[in-house]
Amino acid sequence: MLEIRNLHAGVAGAEILRGIDLTVRAGEVHAIMGPNGSGKSTLAQVLAGHPGYEVTAGSVTYEGKDLLGLAPEERAREGVFLAFQYPVEIRGVTNAYFLRSALNAIRRQRGLEELDPVDFLAVLDEKLRAIGWDDSLMNRPVNDGFSGGEKKRNEILQMAVLEPKLAVLDETDSGLDIDALKTVAGAVNKLRRPDNATVVVTHYQRLLNYITPDFVHVLADGRIVKSGGKELAHELEARGYDWTREPAAVEA
Amino acid sequence: MGVIEATSPVERYVAQYEAFAGNGAGAAPAWLAELRRAAIGRFAALGFPTTRQEEWRFTSVEPIAETVFALAHGADGGEPSPREMLSLELCEARRHLVVFVNGRYSPALSAVAGLPPGVVIGSLAEGLRSDPQLLERYLGRHAVTELRPFAALNTAFLHDGGFVYVPARVVMEEPIQLLFVTVPGAAPIVSHPRCLVVVERLSRASVVETYAAPRGGVYWTNAVTEIVVGDGARVDYYRVQRESERAYHVATTHSVQGRDSTLSIHPVALGALLARHDIATVLDGENGLCTLNGLYVLGGRQHADHHTTIDHAKPHCESHEYFNGVLDGQSHGIFNGRIVVRPGAQRTDSKQTNNNLVLSEQARADSQPQLEIYADDVKCTHGATLGPIDEKAMFYLKSRGLSPAEARTLLTYGFGAEIIDRMGIAPLQAQLDRIIRHRLLGEAQAA
Repeated sequence: MLEIRNLHAGVAGAEILRGIDLTVRAGEVHAIMGPNGSGKSTLAQVLAGHPGYEVTAGSVTYEGKDLLGLAPEERAREGVFLAFQYPVEIRGVTNAYFLRSALNAIRRQRGLEELDPVDFLAVLDEKLRAIGWDDSLMNRPVNDGFSGGEKKRNEILQMAVLEPKLAVLDETDSGLDIDALKTVAGAVNKLRRPDNATVVVTHYQRLLNYITPDFVHVLADGRIVKSGGKELAHELEARGYDWTREPAAVEA
Repeated sequence: MGVIEATSPVERYVAQYEAFAGNGAGAAPAWLAELRRAAIGRFAALGFPTTRQEEWRFTSVEPIAETVFALAHGADGGEPSPREMLSLELCEARRHLVVFVNGRYSPALSAVAGLPPGVVIGSLAEGLRSDPQLLERYLGRHAVTELRPFAALNTAFLHDGGFVYVPARVVMEEPIQLLFVTVPGAAPIVSHPRCLVVVERLSRASVVETYAAPRGGVYWTNAVTEIVVGDGARVDYYRVQRESERAYHVATTHSVQGRDSTLSIHPVALGALLARHDIATVLDGENGLCTLNGLYVLGGRQHADHHTTIDHAKPHCESHEYFNGVLDGQSHGIFNGRIVVRPGAQRTDSKQTNNNLVLSEQARADSQPQLEIYADDVKCTHGATLGPIDEKAMFYLKSRGLSPAEARTLLTYGFGAEIIDRMGIAPLQAQLDRIIRHRLLGEAQAA
């Protein structure tokens, strides 16, 4: 589904990603871990097409297409979704209106008919039921006055409605208490399907207690320095990140 | 015409006043004749303001002063059609609708029915005949004309407009609409509509004042509205300015609130080439609450200037002020928000925000808070933003599949919707929502 090859990217001349290689197949969950400043969020933003980052080398192929050649909205319509670390407040626009606009943009791309408000509510209701949430966020302006937990929940709610093929969760666990973390992780698990994939970007291992990854990658200084199974996350939790950067660890 | 053009603008209006007063001016009672006479004197002394005056720094009224406007005399240009009326009327106010054409009451287009005892909804000209004592008690008591030449000019020509009187302990369930339609004739006209809204203690009313000209044209509306909110009363006042895009609109809204009262003022400026709206409200009793919730959406060469004053004259009052501006084309929006906290007005709680979305390089916004605080135990906050569409928000929306044009429209719409959402009359909200959407989509298609 996703092939990242030798990806170099940065901002204003400073290189942050220095050669990322990563393959994600349908049905998989990958965790990308690493200390602050390792480039985790940059990778997430580059995949979504943030205009502030410049790709200087390498390629990203998504479903056989050159992802980097697509505008952010084209990526979204092709099924790429980024759950933002810092969701943006959109004042005056309700969540319901926003989500319907987004869903209709994606449906147009897929050759489906646009949904009117009534049909949309039916779809929304079904999605909410699937993840076991209520509609209390829907008639509030997008993220406006939301608590940290509500903002993160809202990202996952959007993911549930938009049904991406590739979801990238950027530090979705940050700022969540344990109950909110379980709620969010539970929804992400329910959205897992054999034909979609999830990339979980996180600093801490604790989210991975609830979302079980198939692969764990450690990012340091803009490169993946170590990859392994879910047990790697536990090792990181016990030993911290420093040992992964030692040359021996890279070769191991 | 040659004689008129030779005189100065001020002399022209003085001459117009003399003709108006000499003409009987609706057989006015002595107090009203005196009120008008004093007002024209004041206007003559003040003259038209210039941009050298601080209050008028950003707004030149030269085009108003230089244009020769004839005094409007009702429906000279013909009545608006039923279809035109339909786009302006609020269906919810069907039973409390008072319509004015070119500043004069139109009984044929108005509909007032089902009023509780003691309630008056109608025209000021009628009120002057039927309830002169009631009007004498309130009229001209609140709209300060000392430093306001336009309010003075309105008072000099005070003749007709909306009149709403709700006696104590009456809740008006349905909104009241005062609808001012201008149908200009061949020559530019000026009307001076005057509204008086009095809601006595423990009563409640919603009033929607609408200004529109479905057929366009060059004209000038110089309006004044006085609102009196009794102790424990609640008034929700909506003001929708949808004048022709070639029109001039100058307005003064002046209100005074009693103790434990609630007043919300929702001014929406969508039309006019040049608009100036002064809003002044006095919290004149303890524990009053005042909300100013305003919106201006401008394009082309439109210019709109809002000057607001919230006067905390008594302690324990609260005021919330929200003004949003959307500025496209070469438009210019000005917001000046003055908050006065009088000596002794302790425990005042006042919040003010003015956010401006500047959509084009040539558009301009000016925002100026003005806090004058003479008490020590108060909480006053203010904040203003001016700027283009937030790039972070654009990326967020695009990352959900919206095209750049859709994202831009949605964010702009949200700016207006934030204000509209605070209103309390669903059909009015829907009407404004439609207008704003239509404008944004129209502009997106044009781009």
